[in-house]
Amino acid sequence: MTLKGAFLAASALVSVTATALSAEVLTIATVNNGDMVRMQKLTDDFTAKTGHEVNWVTLEENTLRTRVTTDITTKGGAFDIMTIGMYETPIWGANGWLVPLDDLSADYDADDILPAMRQGLSHDGTLYAAPFYGESSMIMYRTDLMQEAGLEMPKAPTWEFIREAAAAMTDREKDINGICLRGKAGWGEGGAFITVTANSFGARWFDENWTPQFDQPEWEEALTFFVDMMNNYGPPGYATNGFNENLSLFQQGKCGMWIDATVAASFVTNPDDSTVADKVGFALAPNKEGVEKRANWLWAWALAIPAGTQKEEAAKQFIEWATSKEYIELVAANEGWANVPPGARQSLYDNPEYQKVPFAQMTLDSILAADPNDPTVDPVPYVGVQFVAIPEFAGIATDVSQEFSAVYAGQQTVAEALEKAQALTLDAMEAAGY
Amino acid sequence: MARAVTTQRKAINTAFAWGVGLLIFFPILWTILTSFKTEAQAISDPPVFLFFDWTLENYAAVQERSNYARFLWNSIIIAVGSTILGTIIAVPAAWSMAFVPSKRTKDILLWMLSTKMLPAVGVLYPIYLLFIRLGWLDTQIGLVLVLMLINLPIIVWMLYTYFREIPGEILEAARMDGASLKDEIIYVLTPMAVPGIASTILLNIILAWNEAFWTLNLTAANAAPLTAFIASYSSPEGLFYAKLSAASVMAIAPILIMGWFSQKQLVRGLTFGAVK
Repeated sequence: MTLKGAFLAASALVSVTATALSAEVLTIATVNNGDMVRMQKLTDDFTAKTGHEVNWVTLEENTLRTRVTTDITTKGGAFDIMTIGMYETPIWGANGWLVPLDDLSADYDADDILPAMRQGLSHDGTLYAAPFYGESSMIMYRTDLMQEAGLEMPKAPTWEFIREAAAAMTDREKDINGICLRGKAGWGEGGAFITVTANSFGARWFDENWTPQFDQPEWEEALTFFVDMMNNYGPPGYATNGFNENLSLFQQGKCGMWIDATVAASFVTNPDDSTVADKVGFALAPNKEGVEKRANWLWAWALAIPAGTQKEEAAKQFIEWATSKEYIELVAANEGWANVPPGARQSLYDNPEYQKVPFAQMTLDSILAADPNDPTVDPVPYVGVQFVAIPEFAGIATDVSQEFSAVYAGQQTVAEALEKAQALTLDAMEAAGY
Repeated sequence: MARAVTTQRKAINTAFAWGVGLLIFFPILWTILTSFKTEAQAISDPPVFLFFDWTLENYAAVQERSNYARFLWNSIIIAVGSTILGTIIAVPAAWSMAFVPSKRTKDILLWMLSTKMLPAVGVLYPIYLLFIRLGWLDTQIGLVLVLMLINLPIIVWMLYTYFREIPGEILEAARMDGASLKDEIIYVLTPMAVPGIASTILLNIILAWNEAFWTLNLTAANAAPLTAFIASYSSPEGLFYAKLSAASVMAIAPILIMGWFSQKQLVRGLTFGAVK
């Protein structure tokens, strides 16, 4: 062996030993959905590249939220990486609870992250969580029923068109509802949908002085429109329907249109689960004629590192791996382009292979149509499209959405619900010192 | 003279009991059936009952994704450990309250029960902070202790009720025959209270097995029991009902089997009385 060869062999040995010595076991809290489950399956690739092992803690969304919030507020240190959303990230970042992700490697190409996602996951211009996947909401509709109704879905329809189409597609004898929308109480369920609907009618949660706006005519118009349309053309019992219930109805051919998360597109076009897989078209979420804002939200599940973790370097390596361009290619190679995590990187939408996926362009257009820093027609003091990024919002919006769900269930009128929503929001905001 | 029961009345009672039994069992039966369906069949409307293509794919998927044995082992340690520890503490406490009550015994019993009236989430943060300080977060010992403390009032109350039904005269007679306190508890009280103690232990194992607030909130990757295993298959954005059902069946199967084999003791203990 030459001297050079011996030196190289020794270097390799040192390198392997160093990797083994610095190998960490990361505990990652995550949410249960198809993209996250796929990531868990592919973790071996990360371990092979870095030597770090991963322990997964997978929980249902609401349980996860409680769990990670308890841990981060008490500095429990149970997790090295947390999966959090756009609601938590700016609040936690502002509180100094998260490690800033402003020193990711050049190879990572942080500038490739879609601007809307980057803004929603930053505080004061600093990124605190890297988007694993992003979503907006859009219209999914039955192309066959639309054709039978003699209508053509515009790329960017108005609410008036949606109501007209819902009326034309409804066929109670065949158990087909013209439109299926969320009515279930909960700030992330029906609360999110009615908030973006209100945005598209020119309403807002608060004015610049944090005064609730439920007593304004825009809210009354939005809620009345929603209730009338759903009562006439929606499924029975829509007051308790959330994402899963509507997905189930749509997949069984019982909805003419469904406006919901863009991530649903891969479910409704999957022939294994959906009876209407080859008859689905997509369009931008609607707006009221003349209102510039559309009823589409913006959300991302993102990976963040709690401040104080002992394994910051390994955690950053994982985040770079899981949200990289290479990871997207890894998923595509293993599961196909339709199953890659969408909505996070511009390069994905520039990829000719991904452009062949039928819902790819509409997903991007929907994401680009939402602006978390300017979500409403009139100016607001908050960030967030379907939520208001303040700690009090989750509690307030859950209560408000319960009042609205009571309207959907026929237990009270629109006016009564709005009056109660105004009063309870006012009380909560005053108590919180706004 | 025993009251005569007509055949017709017997038939009605039997039918009613079966009806109620089936009604209670139906959700479990439906979960079991759903676990053998595809995700599409699980949500089909009208629902399919028995006539579908039975599949084991959900069990295979769950098995592939999760380390079931680890969750099961944690459940066994936590449920059995907390129950044994609780029983060791509760037997002497219940004995003293039943046979040598003081002026404050009733108050103490009520106070113990009142700890169950506070919603668990009300003490989440203090307990969590305590666990961080003690290094018990995500450990079996931490969960054994917290579940023991949570179920202790129930164990004491149940044992106290059983012990109260044992006539004090029997213990007095033993004492007159020269039995020490130790002999009295081991040779007289315990044999008479075995059905009561057994049913208390069984019921508390079931309660600890199914506890889903503390076991979810105080664990991460190491000490998570089967409740966390089920929670990992629930999702508000995606239809995983068949897989969730398979995970549920795998989580409840051990306790269901244990309950099935010990139902005689459970019923006997719940209707226990020394002079019956």
